[in-house]
Amino acid sequence: MAGGIKKFVVGCFDDEAVLFPAVKNVRRAGYKIHDVYTPFPVHGLDHALGLRETSLHTAGFIYGITGTTTALTCISWIFTKDWPLNIGGKPHFALPAWIPITFELTVLFAAVGMVLTFCYLCQLSPFVKKHHFHPRATDDLFVMAIECTEKTNEAEVTAFLEKAGAIEINTQNAETGWWIGRYDKVQKLYAETEKGY
Amino acid sequence: MSLLKYESQIREPLVDGNKDYHQVTEDIIRPIEMKPSRLWYIGFYISVALLLFGVYSVYREVTYGIGQWNLNKTIGWGWDITNFVWWVGIGHAGTLISAILLLFRQGWRTGVNRAAEAMTIFAVMCAGQFPIWHMGRVWMAFFVLPYPNSRGPLWVNFNSPLLWDVFAISTYFTVSLLFWYSGLLPDLATVRDRAKTKLRKLLYGVASFGWTGSTKHWQRHESLSLVLAGLSTPLVLSVHTIVSFDFATSVVPGWHTTIFPPYFVAGAIFSGFAMVQTLMIILRKVFGLQDYITLGHIEAMNKVIVLTGSIVGIAYITELFIAWYGQNPYEWYAFKENRANLFSPYGWSYWLMMFCNVVSPQMFWFKKLRRNIAFTFFMSIIVNIGMWYERFVIIVTSTYRDYLPSSWSTYYSPSIWEIGFYLGTFGLFFTCFFLFSKYFPVIAVAEIKAILKTSGENYKNKMTDIEKADAEKFYIEEVEHAH
Repeated sequence: MAGGIKKFVVGCFDDEAVLFPAVKNVRRAGYKIHDVYTPFPVHGLDHALGLRETSLHTAGFIYGITGTTTALTCISWIFTKDWPLNIGGKPHFALPAWIPITFELTVLFAAVGMVLTFCYLCQLSPFVKKHHFHPRATDDLFVMAIECTEKTNEAEVTAFLEKAGAIEINTQNAETGWWIGRYDKVQKLYAETEKGY
Repeated sequence: MSLLKYESQIREPLVDGNKDYHQVTEDIIRPIEMKPSRLWYIGFYISVALLLFGVYSVYREVTYGIGQWNLNKTIGWGWDITNFVWWVGIGHAGTLISAILLLFRQGWRTGVNRAAEAMTIFAVMCAGQFPIWHMGRVWMAFFVLPYPNSRGPLWVNFNSPLLWDVFAISTYFTVSLLFWYSGLLPDLATVRDRAKTKLRKLLYGVASFGWTGSTKHWQRHESLSLVLAGLSTPLVLSVHTIVSFDFATSVVPGWHTTIFPPYFVAGAIFSGFAMVQTLMIILRKVFGLQDYITLGHIEAMNKVIVLTGSIVGIAYITELFIAWYGQNPYEWYAFKENRANLFSPYGWSYWLMMFCNVVSPQMFWFKKLRRNIAFTFFMSIIVNIGMWYERFVIIVTSTYRDYLPSSWSTYYSPSIWEIGFYLGTFGLFFTCFFLFSKYFPVIAVAEIKAILKTSGENYKNKMTDIEKADAEKFYIEEVEHAH
């Protein structure tokens, strides 16, 4: 499912205090913000962009109870059905003694499951190639990528961003689909940028 | 927005100096991009030498058997398990800093959490060596895993604290590693995007998993960090609780006490923070990170040390009192004769422990000493010596005289290979830590940036005018500005 090549107008901001009103104005003007790339988590930016809350924690809960039930069912089957060990004549079904392992497996399943889900949702993996709109997005710039459609007037968007306080604006082509190992063949990096970092 | 960002000037800044976002990146990433100093090489080679000595000691132990160690009839654990518990304890501070302090919204954790988490992971790696090689026939180590096998299937004993330990330590290691690495992704991406050579770009590109800094990714990342912190908080408490169960569920005098779990956890945090201090004081000096790991950070950690040290002190006195009050002759003998009697064979170790863990940390009630770097460094070493002796006292003084005086062992002192194994884990720990400090950002860059505008010194100074202004007027202006 290739997303195809799309055109983006990219505006870079150097202060989140400028970025927030800019996001508001750009959205109000009817442009579609593809994404904003920031060097650190900017609180409230997800709401400003109109993103919905993540459900990752719900996934974590489900993984957690999976761990709980795995531990309890496995241990109780092993110790009461498969191979009931006589330990000093104590009951085979010794629930209090199983709590530590049950707890550990709950945490283990929840943590591993959540991290894997996180990586899957964000498409993060060692050899994935992604389009990076600006190398300083991980340093000190807040990079807003606005998607262009047939109707979009690039010059207008550029002017708009300039007025909103962007310190650097350029146009880039990028593939919106992403998957492992193919992405870099068709993409054009920030070759169009004037400074060409 | 600006309302949320306000933090009073009365609070000490967490980032000193005139920094902006780019300067933060520069300061923390630059050591990775430079050739390591002479001192780094010297330290690294010493660590590798220690590691090799450890490898040889373990080789002898595996080849000739546990007899290479001076364990004897009643002292079956000796240095080996002492070192295990000591390292696991040290491994508690990292997750405490990154998880519990995250939930408590302690901003100062951002300066030290990355290196402390790395320390945790390496310490748990070192800890794991001891029970594994103590098995003797280490090629049978997989027997501790519950899997359907051709021996019955004969399963592991799920009711045994030793098996709980297997699960606790391995879970703790896995979760700490995931927590640490997911936090590293954005910072590795920063290194990647600054890289000049092709090889660096490739390696850090692979290591950073293609992180872009997308808002949605950050949103998920925040959620992930918060939930992992929530999971790690009970986890970190459970690990040393379970380690203490190894002792507390036995019927050995001096071990058979219900106070052990909280007492062990407090001791673990105590020794862990001491180790963090040792490493941070060196790190900030070597990499010039005094602006990020400030005196305020060191003072905050010293406060934790005096708190947990005092809890440990209360625990020592409580168990001593209960041993007398409980009227069990064996229990009281273990405490009175084997430990508290200075002139018994190991009495000196009990009093050394008391001095290092209970008396000396009380110095940190004085602000001058809490903010004195040389003194803090000295104390961090003293505390870790004390905490090593705590485990030694618990293990050896409880076992060298058992119920049958005829089997009272002769004086136990370690063989050169036992000591070599211990030194080897120091080698492993510092080799890993040197490599970490060379190739990874030792401070969480993104997290520092996130607190920079609330807690950075130059941003705080800008608040002076606002603080002088009328509070009501300030509120109205800020609220109007925000909307």
